[in-house]
Amino acid sequence: MKYRKQYLYSKFERFWHWTQMLLVTLLILTGFEIHGNYEIFGFENAVRLHTASAWSFMGLALLSIFWMFTSKQYLNFIPTKDKLREQVKYYTSGIFKGLPHPTHKTLFNKLNPLQRITYAGLLLLIFPVQIFTGIAYLYYHYPQNPIDADGLQTAVYLHTFGAFLVVAFIIVHVYMTTTGSTVSANFKAMVSGYEKEAEKANLTTEDNQQQNLQTEK
Amino acid sequence: MNSTVEKIISFIVVILLPALVIYLTVHFGLQRNEPPKTEVAFKSETTPKVDHGQFEILQQKFVNPKDVTAACLTCHNKRDDELMKSTHWTWEREADIPGRGIVKIGKMNIHNNFCTGAQGNNGSCMRCHIGYGWEDKSFDFNDPTNIDCLVCHDKTDTYFKQKGMAGLPATEATEDKEFKAPDYSYVAANVGYPDRDNCGVCHFYGGGGNNVKHGDLEEALFHTTKKVDVHMGEDGPNMVCIDCHEATNHNIKGRSYSVNANNGNRLHCYQCHTESPHNDKVLDYHNAKVACQTCHIPVYAKVNATTLYWDWSKAGRRDASGNGYKEYDADHNYSYLSIKGRFVFDNMVQPEYYWFNGTADLFLEDDTIKEVPVQMNKLFGSYADTNAKIYPVKAHRGRQAYDPVNKKLLSVKLFAHNKGEGALWEDLDWPEAIKQGMEYNNRAWSGEYDFIDTEVYWPVNHMVSLKEETLSCKECHIREKGRLSKLTDFYLPGRDYNKLIDYTGFAIILMAIIGVIGHAIMRIF
Repeated sequence: MKYRKQYLYSKFERFWHWTQMLLVTLLILTGFEIHGNYEIFGFENAVRLHTASAWSFMGLALLSIFWMFTSKQYLNFIPTKDKLREQVKYYTSGIFKGLPHPTHKTLFNKLNPLQRITYAGLLLLIFPVQIFTGIAYLYYHYPQNPIDADGLQTAVYLHTFGAFLVVAFIIVHVYMTTTGSTVSANFKAMVSGYEKEAEKANLTTEDNQQQNLQTEK
Repeated sequence: MNSTVEKIISFIVVILLPALVIYLTVHFGLQRNEPPKTEVAFKSETTPKVDHGQFEILQQKFVNPKDVTAACLTCHNKRDDELMKSTHWTWEREADIPGRGIVKIGKMNIHNNFCTGAQGNNGSCMRCHIGYGWEDKSFDFNDPTNIDCLVCHDKTDTYFKQKGMAGLPATEATEDKEFKAPDYSYVAANVGYPDRDNCGVCHFYGGGGNNVKHGDLEEALFHTTKKVDVHMGEDGPNMVCIDCHEATNHNIKGRSYSVNANNGNRLHCYQCHTESPHNDKVLDYHNAKVACQTCHIPVYAKVNATTLYWDWSKAGRRDASGNGYKEYDADHNYSYLSIKGRFVFDNMVQPEYYWFNGTADLFLEDDTIKEVPVQMNKLFGSYADTNAKIYPVKAHRGRQAYDPVNKKLLSVKLFAHNKGEGALWEDLDWPEAIKQGMEYNNRAWSGEYDFIDTEVYWPVNHMVSLKEETLSCKECHIREKGRLSKLTDFYLPGRDYNKLIDYTGFAIILMAIIGVIGHAIMRIF
């Protein structure tokens, strides 16, 4: 098979991804310790580390929002129905038969339709809910401080459920990195920035450019 | 671009910078600030400004202690007015209790969970009244010379009230081995601010023995170490009672909720330690709902044991020869006394925890029993209560005599000087002791008696531990058997979780794992 390489992930994007990976790992490990599931760091350290990594996470989130809008990379995360059916079909049958990906990646189309929905959900729903309930957890401990929120309970339940969803996301996400042109292609791309993708006969460079432009519009 | 340069860039953005962020996060995250030092001037370090020994009026040969008081008042005029307003004198104060309105409460009229009640047992109980000879109802609360100045201000440690004499010291006629008639001019020449001995002689021995009542106030505090009490330790700040329990015009700060119902004139740790004593956000936030004492007094009765249970129903038994007897537990604390019943003593006791907003209800003398166990003082508070915090409490349980017909707790005559006067401690005769106790207190009795479970709650405030021995997070923030496992009206991180959310969450994770493995298997084969 013929491969071509294209530069997909900028320096910031890779920094963002891997830093976020470490922070989210730390948040999950400390979070579930605070939740009472196990003991690794000790409760007090877990609380302190969870709070600190939450602040780092929020700082990083601000940087990434700034980056997304200045580089217009936010366009990658806008959900689309286009080829959604094909993508589902690919993961549920095509992939087992060795058929080619129904979509392919470009700088402004890094994510397939399924990924777009998942990532949009993560960035627009789960992360904001985690951040909002997390801040509530930090500052609205008590019923009257300053609005009556009836204690931590509501915030904590949402925060906990969000955490379960993040863990489930990570499991699927890590597995999906093996579904590139080779098992390690996606992983390597997030390290070097360059993705190796199977060259498709029916797709020319002009097509690529066209697709880029369309997405950009 | 040169591939070596790209590799270096990749290394920087993929490994170096993320690692740096994590390092800084962990480094600053785990940083803990040093708590500020507390600088306080101690009242006990002020010495008397005059030499009382040079006053002629104090050099006379006193026989009657009331003459000493009269002599004191010639200079310290108006002090008697202050004193006679204090609860050390009145043994009652006005309290506004929800559902009751303004009531007068105190040792004057309240039953307790220990020796049941003072009124009618004056000879014994009123030894700890700051007056001379409150033998019965005829005691004159308006006679200033009835005030005992010396019991609080003696610095010679030679002045004591004699046992069984309703607050009077020994005279030459009543002297015995234990109690000698005081040398009044010597004592009067050496008066000063009260020290541990003055307060402790009553407050350490309440309930008829060392540490029976409080659990956190006992004779070990006369000379102690920081390990037992971080404030009173002689190897530490060596503070005495009045360094915290300051008095203005003989009105002393601090309240005991066995005889008090309202939130006023209390002592608080923050008066010296500020409201953010840890200089650490996550710890200081606890202050909104957790009293300092909760973490800083992990155990009480650190030296000698305190009573946790007192069952009056077993009192009155006689041995084979018809006499009262005593039994002791393995730690040499009494476990049975014919005159008092069965006891459970223990030391190094872990407190129980209650919400408490500084107000309480008290079971008044003529209250009708509506619930069992009878709560002698119900501490008010809940999570939703803005003023309430979690406090460590010594809960003392017992069984007391009550009238099963009228549903009232009974007043019992316990003390008399001689046999045959109807006192339980002399004659071991319950019906007669109840009859006399009820008569003295002008209360109606059906003639029936039985015993009923009673409880009293004493917030624990003393025997603050070294900071190394403070409660760790895990003592409360833990799934099972945490110290706060009985306080369930709020969400406590580390302890609580929602079953539906947790089970759903784990099911989602499990499904993700199964899905991923299944998908991988199908790809391979």
